[in-house]
Amino acid sequence: MTPAPLSPSYEPERQSRRILGPIFGLACLVATSTGVVVLSILLGAVVAAVIRGSQGGSVLGTLGHLLTSMQSSTPESAGFRAGVVGSLWLLGLVAAFSIPVGIGAAVFLEEYVSAGRIRRIIQLNIANLAGVPSIVYGILGLALFVRAFGYKNLAFGPTLWAGGLTLGLLILPVIVIATQEALRTVPNSLRQAAMALGASRWQVVRDHVLPSALPGILTGVILALSRAIGETAPLLMVGAAGSILRLPKGPSSRYTALPVEIYNYAKEPDPKYQAVAAGGILLLLALLLTMNATAIVIRNRYARSSRG
Amino acid sequence: MAFLFGCAAITVITTAGIVLVLGSETIHFFRATGESILEFICGTQLEPEAVPPRFGILPLIWGTMLIAIGSSLIALPIGLLSAIYLSEYAPRKLRAVLKPTLELLAGIPTIVYGYLALLLVTPALKGILEPIGLQVETFNALSACIVVGVMIIPMVSSLSEDVLSAVPRGLREAAYGLGATKFEVSTRIVLPAGLSGVVSSFILAISRAIGETMAVVLAAGLRPQLTFNPLTSIETMTAYIVGVTSGEASAGSPEYLSLFAVGMALFVITLTLNVISGFVLRRYREVYQ
Repeated sequence: MTPAPLSPSYEPERQSRRILGPIFGLACLVATSTGVVVLSILLGAVVAAVIRGSQGGSVLGTLGHLLTSMQSSTPESAGFRAGVVGSLWLLGLVAAFSIPVGIGAAVFLEEYVSAGRIRRIIQLNIANLAGVPSIVYGILGLALFVRAFGYKNLAFGPTLWAGGLTLGLLILPVIVIATQEALRTVPNSLRQAAMALGASRWQVVRDHVLPSALPGILTGVILALSRAIGETAPLLMVGAAGSILRLPKGPSSRYTALPVEIYNYAKEPDPKYQAVAAGGILLLLALLLTMNATAIVIRNRYARSSRG
Repeated sequence: MAFLFGCAAITVITTAGIVLVLGSETIHFFRATGESILEFICGTQLEPEAVPPRFGILPLIWGTMLIAIGSSLIALPIGLLSAIYLSEYAPRKLRAVLKPTLELLAGIPTIVYGYLALLLVTPALKGILEPIGLQVETFNALSACIVVGVMIIPMVSSLSEDVLSAVPRGLREAAYGLGATKFEVSTRIVLPAGLSGVVSSFILAISRAIGETMAVVLAAGLRPQLTFNPLTSIETMTAYIVGVTSGEASAGSPEYLSLFAVGMALFVITLTLNVISGFVLRRYREVYQ
């Protein structure tokens, strides 16, 4: 039997095969490291801007000053107190609204409806909501919560209620999707065992499924809340005002938020305000980093305990 | 049970609310101005304060496209190469460090990127391009393209990487068994097998760039114009919406209503892209046992 003739393109030793591979691998490595490089440049530039603005004072001292002073017409005395307090208020309102609703929706989809048309429609709807630009939520909040289509006694006006509900709707799909994923990791045997012992569906969910999915749900919730903290565009739409000189007293007060104040300072052409904005960014990043680190710690502790 | 159903219903009501708000106010807008949809989309004059006001949003659509194209040119290749590196090349330990870093990058608020464009990118562009005779404006599209591009890299890389690492090991082993190099396995076996996920992540990233607001407002400015020059100021649809709200337009005026019409156009564009992305992912997915 004679061997089949070799194809003319069969050239296992050709030069390009040996050269192309390493070049490609290097290109991939360079591309991946852009992320790390960008992150370091970003942090470095912001810290450098704060140091330049602090004029000999310590960075921590400057941040402390920014944290305790209100807005001001002079960059030397300007700070983010009203914004930080406003953002914490928003965080509370968003959490109070979107955590129960998000987990409720996810439990409904995963534990109560069987795969069918209703579930498919809601699922598709949530996936699409997750991709709607945040500014569109801002428009929704403006028409629905701030102005209530012109019905004055139903409208919240530009208050914390309107801001909190708008951001709550914005992160709702994120919480639902994260919770669903956490619920799916709970083994079915757990549900069946509880049901076999006579537990009702709600008892199964309350006593067994939710507790064992809790770390995953918490991680998702914290990441979603940290997204809400950084959102700026929808808050500009629903009236987080530029100049607020009083701290909010309750959810129906007017307010401003940390990222909105950063935006207002960053717009100013005076480089001294740029330094103030950089300080605000450091405060914001510190807050976000704390939240993210908490989420990672919860995830890791859970991963360890489930293995052991 | 009723409570749980109510929770799920809220998500559907939200969608209905968005469509209803945008739809009804857009109809008000067209009634109030007497413009046709064609004039609105294809008109090149955007002068809300002129008498009579003119609302042709073609400059906004063009500005948005410029940002989307420019940022994709940066983010798609870098994101895809990162995904291939993470899934095919990276040692396990390095990967354990790189993946969370990219996730962290994805969690940085867009306002920070906008600030960085003003603080760092635009001055750098001026420093590089002005000595060779190119005029760079303080607000320019290129600077916005760069920061938006960087911003959407993690999205492309993490979604693509998920799909690439899900390609079964057996396919790779078979190719190696036939004498393929790592480069050949990555580009001829793994990439085609995960192509649907890669394409879908590309579309999602473009949609994200189109909907991006704060970085674009701060970096590219608020001047609607039809230009091919990325070194001048432009205005995107999102920036226009922010501009109208922070301006003096009173509720019910044509300028105020126009923000809903522009919002509707934005919503339709991003929704279409997201639906296409989901369709590509489902329809062309290679299913392995």
